[in-house]
Amino acid sequence: MTYQGTAPASAAEEMLPEAKPGPARRLVDAIRYGNSVVLTLLAMLCALLVGAIMIVIADPPTRSAMGYFFSSPWDTFTRGWHAISAGYVALFEGSVFNPDSLYSNGHTPIFGPISNTLLNAAPLILGGLAVGVAFRAGLFNIGVQGQLIMGAICAGYVGFAFRLPPLLHLLAALLAGVIGGAVWGGIAGWLKARTGAHEVISTIMMNYLALGLLNYLLGISGFQAPGSNQAISRSVHGTARLPHLLGPNLSLHLGIVIALLAALGCWWLLTRSTLGFSLRAVGANPSAARTAGMKIERSYVVVMLISGGLAGLVGCSQILGTNHALTGDIDAGFGFDAITVALLGQASPRGTIFAGLLFGAFRAGGVVMVANTGIPADVVLVIEAVIVLFLAAPALIRAIFRLRESRGGGVGVGQLAKGWNA
Amino acid sequence: MTQRPPEDELVVTHEVVEIAVSTRRRTIAGIAIIVTGLICLLAWGLGSKAGDAAFALSDIADKHQIPFVRIPGKAAGVVLGLLIVLLGCWHLARGFSARSMRWVLSAVLLCFVIAFLCWAGTGDPTLQLSIFGLLQGTIFLAVPLILGALAGILCERSGVINVAIEGQLLAGAFAGALAATVAHNAGVGILAAMLAGAVIGALLGVFAIRYAVNQVVLGVVLNLLVLGLTNFGYDALMQKNTEGFNNPTVLAPIKVPLLGDIPLVGPLLFDANIIVYCVYVLIVVVDVALFRTRWGLRTRAVGEHPKAADTVGIKVSRTRYLNVILGGLVAGLGGAYLTIGAVGSFSGNISSGKGFIALAAVIFGRWSPRGAVGAALLFGFADALQTLLSASHTPVTVPSAFLSMLPYLATLFAVAGLVGRVQAPAADGEPYLKG
Repeated sequence: MTYQGTAPASAAEEMLPEAKPGPARRLVDAIRYGNSVVLTLLAMLCALLVGAIMIVIADPPTRSAMGYFFSSPWDTFTRGWHAISAGYVALFEGSVFNPDSLYSNGHTPIFGPISNTLLNAAPLILGGLAVGVAFRAGLFNIGVQGQLIMGAICAGYVGFAFRLPPLLHLLAALLAGVIGGAVWGGIAGWLKARTGAHEVISTIMMNYLALGLLNYLLGISGFQAPGSNQAISRSVHGTARLPHLLGPNLSLHLGIVIALLAALGCWWLLTRSTLGFSLRAVGANPSAARTAGMKIERSYVVVMLISGGLAGLVGCSQILGTNHALTGDIDAGFGFDAITVALLGQASPRGTIFAGLLFGAFRAGGVVMVANTGIPADVVLVIEAVIVLFLAAPALIRAIFRLRESRGGGVGVGQLAKGWNA
Repeated sequence: MTQRPPEDELVVTHEVVEIAVSTRRRTIAGIAIIVTGLICLLAWGLGSKAGDAAFALSDIADKHQIPFVRIPGKAAGVVLGLLIVLLGCWHLARGFSARSMRWVLSAVLLCFVIAFLCWAGTGDPTLQLSIFGLLQGTIFLAVPLILGALAGILCERSGVINVAIEGQLLAGAFAGALAATVAHNAGVGILAAMLAGAVIGALLGVFAIRYAVNQVVLGVVLNLLVLGLTNFGYDALMQKNTEGFNNPTVLAPIKVPLLGDIPLVGPLLFDANIIVYCVYVLIVVVDVALFRTRWGLRTRAVGEHPKAADTVGIKVSRTRYLNVILGGLVAGLGGAYLTIGAVGSFSGNISSGKGFIALAAVIFGRWSPRGAVGAALLFGFADALQTLLSASHTPVTVPSAFLSMLPYLATLFAVAGLVGRVQAPAADGEPYLKG
């Protein structure tokens, strides 16, 4: 009897944390064992090293110096270093801050780089959320590209075909975009629920279908810009455009605010709502969720509707904010970048915001890097892929940097999506 | 005491268990077939103009011309449509077994396509639809798909999901073009392409097997990595010096002595380059090896139940590494076909989603080489049909944008409708961690 009485108390005592280590100690521990922030930074370091190697290879002076490496090795290093630093400095100046802007008397705005970063971050965050939400329910939505195209088509059509009062027009266009994306995503979810068609295949196919539809629409009257034989649509009326945030000279528009609000919404959905709980349950273990009375088929449809709707917002941000007219390239690669953003952000809304900002900076800086140094922009793509690749395998980073095995924690991207049979 | 039978009397019998298809599913399928037949009857048959459709069965440049085959468009549509309706009625009334259903659906599809072609070719007396061109296009487009699908099967049968087929094709195409140009030798290009595919395969293997990274995620990231690397190489090397880096020798077609002289079949199948012959061999080899050899049995064991395989002494990780790298070699060959086997030079993202279609073929073919080859041929045919129709003036001009959707729509219907819930190898995508 007495044993029964004391046992819980002693168990509770054991579970009490040991004396809390000081901040310095915790920092050392974080570095020695590698928490997720440290691992992310190390992955970025590795990726930048890979990028540096590519920059050196692409740089003609360095390559010619490599030709006489053994007679004068120092040349290779100085020229290589010059190429690398020029490339990464351009990347930084294009995305965060350009010191020249301080002395240019307002010719190059100080907030220009940041504006470009945020401009690119908005669709990346929205797309990352779209992929991330689907991940949490165990689905791998590769169809953001198609969904954003459908969103852009619908939002654009409402934007240029109707005349409505200012605010109402913008809201109507946004709604149309969300619905367009949601329907396109929902079809894939419905196919999965109804026929078992794997969403990886069906969403890829629906990407191509959306592209085909877009190409068709860009050639018919009613969509195509009047008097143009280019594949470009009419322009969205001013009443349906997303307003600029930092004055008319900088391109940053309301899309970034929509993205942050969407992230907040996703956070609430996933952590605070019943629907989100059942979605996560289905994602973690479909059989257990079914046993617990959840309708997993319904979850598939619902989560793909939500995911598609978020992807539709990417299309809205593009057509109502950045471009104002549909072209064949309205997707601009955001569809697939969304996947890497979601992976880097570990499918959590907060992580997705940071990942979206980082990749947005890469995109903004990449443009300046190409213009200033002539380094091919694809270096940025490789850097992004390497970051995600390393982060997906924390054990590899630990092995490279000789970190101790973690005591739990680490990066869990690897466990998010399941195989074919899940 | 029961006497244990001696070892050689243990006979494994294969029994085909016929599972009764549910009535509801049968009704839906039957009605769907009848509707298809009616479309065929009304649109392609009665909607056809008067006259014959002419089909060319030989290449224009060929010495031995086969005379055009002429089929009256209206009659063909009506007869074939009625045939499909009859099949549908039979399925409604009596029901085909699940096993024969595959053949029935193939027959329905074939009738429908032939009726469509007759409709498309009727009305304009000067128009000849080149069936030869259609079939040649099918093979041309299906070769990379078949190789990609075989690569996928090799990986996935051993339990590693391969979404990186796209990346392997692209890497193979790039390396093939580069090496063939630098070495002035197409053979070196083929080897380099296979090696490049194998390197991506090895990366897939290391991350999937050793570091237990989710394999679908991994595949997508590897595709991105290869896209970035090849685009970079294309911008930094090939575009600056096309002569020196992107001007490979194209593989010449080799005519097989006797078989090459058969009308229609000869020029179609036996007057091709070395990669196409490799495809014939590989299809048979993979199919036989997977189901008839010790290696195949081990591969499938590792893919279905790695723990059991480990218990009887099969090295799970080693088998998987071997298969993933073999798959990479095969996919790399498919990549080589895109550059040195066909157009000659590399251009950015030359694989343009073929790897994903190959992946769909793997799933559509239920992870069996024969099924996947059939699926790859079907996708190739849909693609070739699209090219044929956009090139010739059919009675009603279908916008080319819609025609270009045809292969993807076919895939979507195939994956959703015909296959339904497929069963992948049981341990596909699951890392095996000992202990």
